[in-house]
Amino acid sequence: MNETVVSVKGLKKSFKAFQAVKNVSFSVQKNDVFGFLGPNGAGKSTSLRCMLSLIKADAGEIKLFGDDIRSNRSKVLSKIGSIIEKPDFYKYLSAYKNLELLARISGSSVSKSELYDILDFVGLQGREKHKFRTFSHGMKQRLGIAQALMHNPELIILDEPTTGLDPQGIVDIRNLILKLSKEQGKTVILSSHQLAEIEMIANRMVIINKGETLIEGSVHDLLNSSNMVVKFQLDDTNRGEKLLVNDFADVNVSKASANELEFEIEKIRIADVAECFVKNNLRIYSIEQKRKLEDYFINMIEEG
Amino acid sequence: MLLKNTWNELIKILAKPRSYIGFGALTLLIGVILVAMKADGQSFISFVTASFEQTLSFNGEILNGNLMAFVILQMLIIHVPLLVALVTGDLVSGEAAMGTLRMMATKPISRSAILGSKLLAGAIYTFLLTLWMAFMAYGVGQWMFGAGDLIVLNNDGLVIIPADDIMWRYFYGFGLAYLSLLAVATMSICFSVFSDNSIGPIVSTMAVIILFTIIGSLDVSSFNTLQPFLLTTHMSSWRSLFEMPVPIDSILNSIYILLFHIVGFAGISFWRFNKKDINT
Repeated sequence: MNETVVSVKGLKKSFKAFQAVKNVSFSVQKNDVFGFLGPNGAGKSTSLRCMLSLIKADAGEIKLFGDDIRSNRSKVLSKIGSIIEKPDFYKYLSAYKNLELLARISGSSVSKSELYDILDFVGLQGREKHKFRTFSHGMKQRLGIAQALMHNPELIILDEPTTGLDPQGIVDIRNLILKLSKEQGKTVILSSHQLAEIEMIANRMVIINKGETLIEGSVHDLLNSSNMVVKFQLDDTNRGEKLLVNDFADVNVSKASANELEFEIEKIRIADVAECFVKNNLRIYSIEQKRKLEDYFINMIEEG
Repeated sequence: MLLKNTWNELIKILAKPRSYIGFGALTLLIGVILVAMKADGQSFISFVTASFEQTLSFNGEILNGNLMAFVILQMLIIHVPLLVALVTGDLVSGEAAMGTLRMMATKPISRSAILGSKLLAGAIYTFLLTLWMAFMAYGVGQWMFGAGDLIVLNNDGLVIIPADDIMWRYFYGFGLAYLSLLAVATMSICFSVFSDNSIGPIVSTMAVIILFTIIGSLDVSSFNTLQPFLLTTHMSSWRSLFEMPVPIDSILNSIYILLFHIVGFAGISFWRFNKKDINT
């Protein structure tokens, strides 16, 4: 039976007149790599800040490990490692000294050798004594992950950990998250505004926009079982549209222009449509397909 | 957790270059005063005692370490708050601006323990700064000028305190100076809790000190009711220890008012910090 690690219901948070989070609900099971997806400004960071009691929610229920964060703050936070927005450390201290300070208040005793081990684990060996101000963005992210892991937490919350990283840095962080999940059995919440990133790492996800939960479920189910949005480039879109209406009655054309026809259809039937067009002597210049959820998410980002 | 984080706070204070500005400034200021007085102090003393020479005859060395400590403490007590606020005003807001407050607040340490440790570390820093001021003014003063009777000009006239009756007065005098600086430190930490940038609380603290000093020095009837309760009024209460007899009630009153300020500012800080949204 699945064990619920995080349960958020009806979360609301306003900053004066601006309602940053209107109604966010989701749940995370033990060992999930949970994608927390939404465009910039969707309310992801605000929701995560509420979960960690950095800010006080106006309404809603947040339960972590079955406990209310507000009444059992220290107990709950001792089981969590997190990076919210970006990892900020004392720039005038070394990487090791920064970790040592945070380890002292992490709720569990972390030895000197464990701190060195965790710095090795995130790939910062040899840079332990270097001042934080000399670190590149990627190294700062790695140190942020090190402080999130040093007290061996059960739940790791990473808020857009790959933002600003170079391609190799993104791959490294992604592999690190997978390693934590698969080898150490950690539960990970990963916030991102990139569907592709969540698809590569997460097993479950929630999409939020404008402070509201839109959809939650298994990444596989949400992305692969859904319909496709297909765009055909044809020599005669009027005739193509008529053929579609006659032969595929359940298909609705969403966009039509002089040479493009866009509609939603099950993946398995795209070949049938193409065959129908060819049999009726229509020239197909190109076929573009996007998953419905992907299309929906891209539109959401474009709308801002 | 409170003590562990207080240790953390002290490490951070020690690692910040700005923490040494106060010690450097005190060393420079007091050093300059001591060297200048060593070079040309006699003419300064002659200028001060000239008005008494018709009625009094001065024997012995008036310009001694005890007088130097008195002069220095009187000159610096209004300026040292800036040096204190430079560090304490940054304790919360500086971390908010840097983003490290967010990192700390995601750890299993209560908000009260975070602030309590900052207040304790601020109090220790202020103590060390006061100790340094005492060492430079009294210790180095005694080494350079030697001991001797202290002649002080008060509102009631000239007071002569024998050399063997002075040390305890300085002990309590620097204690009172510490208490007033601690009130300033608590006030700047309180301002720091309300701010997310490090300059605001430092400037605000100095603005309040200047405003209170002006209100305290103006002989306006509407201000007269305020003056006994102002922090700045009691910052010079250490001077009462150099009166004969020592006005114990007046000193106790100053201690109560300074403690009231410390407790008040700390209380407001805890109230605000526990509800503060950490958005930076």
